[in-house]
Amino acid sequence: MASVEIRNVVKRYGALEVVHGVSAEIADGEFVALVGPSGCGKSTLLRMIAGLEEISDGAVVIGGDIVNEVAPKDRNISMVFQNYALYPHMTVAENMAFALRLARLPKDEQKKKVGEAATMLGLEGLLDRYPGQLSGGQRQRVAMGRAIVRRPEVFLFDEPLSNLDAKLRVQMRAEIKGLHQRLRTTSIYVTHDQIEAMTMADRIVVMRDGSVEQIGTPLELFDNPRNLFVASFIGSPSMNFIKGEIVDGTFRGPGGIIIPAGNLAHRGPAVAGIRPNKLQIGATGPPAEVLIVEPTGDETHLLVELGGAQLAMLLRERVSLAPGDQIGLAFASADVHFFDGQSTLRLGRGDATRGTLEA
Amino acid sequence: MSSKRPQPYFSRSQVTLVRGLWMVVTAILAFMTLFPLLWMVSIAFKPAAESFSSNLIPQSPTLDNFIYVLTAVPFVRYMANSFVVSATVTIVALFFHTMAGYALARLRFPGREVLFLSIFSTFLVSLPVIIVPLFVIVKAMGMLNSYAGLIIPAIFNAFGIFLLRQYYLSLPKEIEEAARIDGAGYWRIYWSVILPLSRPIMSALAILFFLANWNSFLWPLTITSDPNLWVVQLGIANFKSQYSASWNYMMAASTIVAIPTLILFVIFQRQIMDSLKTSGLK
Repeated sequence: MASVEIRNVVKRYGALEVVHGVSAEIADGEFVALVGPSGCGKSTLLRMIAGLEEISDGAVVIGGDIVNEVAPKDRNISMVFQNYALYPHMTVAENMAFALRLARLPKDEQKKKVGEAATMLGLEGLLDRYPGQLSGGQRQRVAMGRAIVRRPEVFLFDEPLSNLDAKLRVQMRAEIKGLHQRLRTTSIYVTHDQIEAMTMADRIVVMRDGSVEQIGTPLELFDNPRNLFVASFIGSPSMNFIKGEIVDGTFRGPGGIIIPAGNLAHRGPAVAGIRPNKLQIGATGPPAEVLIVEPTGDETHLLVELGGAQLAMLLRERVSLAPGDQIGLAFASADVHFFDGQSTLRLGRGDATRGTLEA
Repeated sequence: MSSKRPQPYFSRSQVTLVRGLWMVVTAILAFMTLFPLLWMVSIAFKPAAESFSSNLIPQSPTLDNFIYVLTAVPFVRYMANSFVVSATVTIVALFFHTMAGYALARLRFPGREVLFLSIFSTFLVSLPVIIVPLFVIVKAMGMLNSYAGLIIPAIFNAFGIFLLRQYYLSLPKEIEEAARIDGAGYWRIYWSVILPLSRPIMSALAILFFLANWNSFLWPLTITSDPNLWVVQLGIANFKSQYSASWNYMMAASTIVAIPTLILFVIFQRQIMDSLKTSGLK
């Protein structure tokens, strides 16, 4: 097993720079997710770690060695692709043994290692099948088996679950996580799905437009997003934002929204953010109009309008509301995140007094 | 489903009419294609005097023509020549064409597009246009009147390279990348992954190549004068002299020559249909 270090890695296609000096350190045995919207450079970064793309500048270090010039097969990594990339003309066993065959391992040892991996993934009964005869989930499992069989130092996953249906995705998510807990192999996992990243990763690297926005544990990112982008990207439904201004320690938004901003020194344009589950129906407060009610059984999603801003609410309890109803909003001002209106960076926390919106 | 069928866009009588029309057109085309073949077989069984009679069924059917063709001239030798040339061209061409197609589809090297376009542009030039310079070159290389002269020029063919390149472009790149991570080099990827994956298109191409060479006439005629090197098509043409033509012998020989292609067709019917669909040519 090995640690992975990414030092100021840059990727250019001709004059176009798509990854701008990304740095990250991944400890031995850690499970790190690279997450971001499509086109943010996360897959390119992963492919540079794998050795499938050249590194334009900077260095990738695996287990203490700079591997920029090392061929993929000698980096001691294995990769699981989004479309599985199984060899269609080989059986499951042959697919898994291909790397071992190329490494000229003795036949009986190949067989033993394939058998072990197959047992681990529950593929024993499928070893003689061809990929075309398997379901999506089984193919995904074979792709993982092919990665495991070599016992690499680093696993690379490139959106491995996005071709599966929602139910299977949740199941495979747990399986991959369980596998990591058993093998403790350093893993780098690319996904655009923040829930996948949140549920599986020890740490998350949030990327946008070829740069790292924030690196942290899932809860760090959730509780202390460094900027507006991370705040909006992490969490589902995503955080509510109200544009306004902070003057003398008070945030003033459209429609007379006032939130005490505590002892923030910031003055000028600002954005207040609050998670949907932190908004409550209050007895007092200004009337907000209910626009949409979505009961899911466990919880109720509300979309309300207040002073021209639309806010999402996530209630744990069941409510009898209909579109057009007027409700009051209550929340703790400690739950409000403030962001600089210009730089979009997060401002220090507000005070902890419980407040309501005042019209 | 019950008797209630979805409302068609056309009334039933219109559909029947159009269908009938199509069948008539198809039948005429099929007849026009098949009739010369039937005529060929018919003449092959007629004695020379009856060659030009208009009856399709020979009045006194005979096998003499076949016996003459197979004994009086070294026709078996011609067939062996044809087979050796066609099979060699097919195998060697497929080997090089798959490699060239893969390189043009996947490897990045300077001048790749120019190279591909120049190969592709040879499509526009047919054999009769280049036959004189080609003859001069092949003669200068000392391959006149040799199997090499028959085989080597026929290997260079843009069609196979083009078709294979298009096919390789459609293969998912990730399979090759997975192979690279598994430790395969270019040669190993080509041999263990790309070639097995191109089996369907290769069988289609093999049939096309084999038939094209089996039926080729102009180039063998140009490059060989030694009767020992003649291929079947030359053998057939030889029954025709300047002032007379032994049509009964020619037709018997043609029938014999058609048999291997017919057998090929029956065996590889599906692949041939697929190849025609993929190539959109011929």
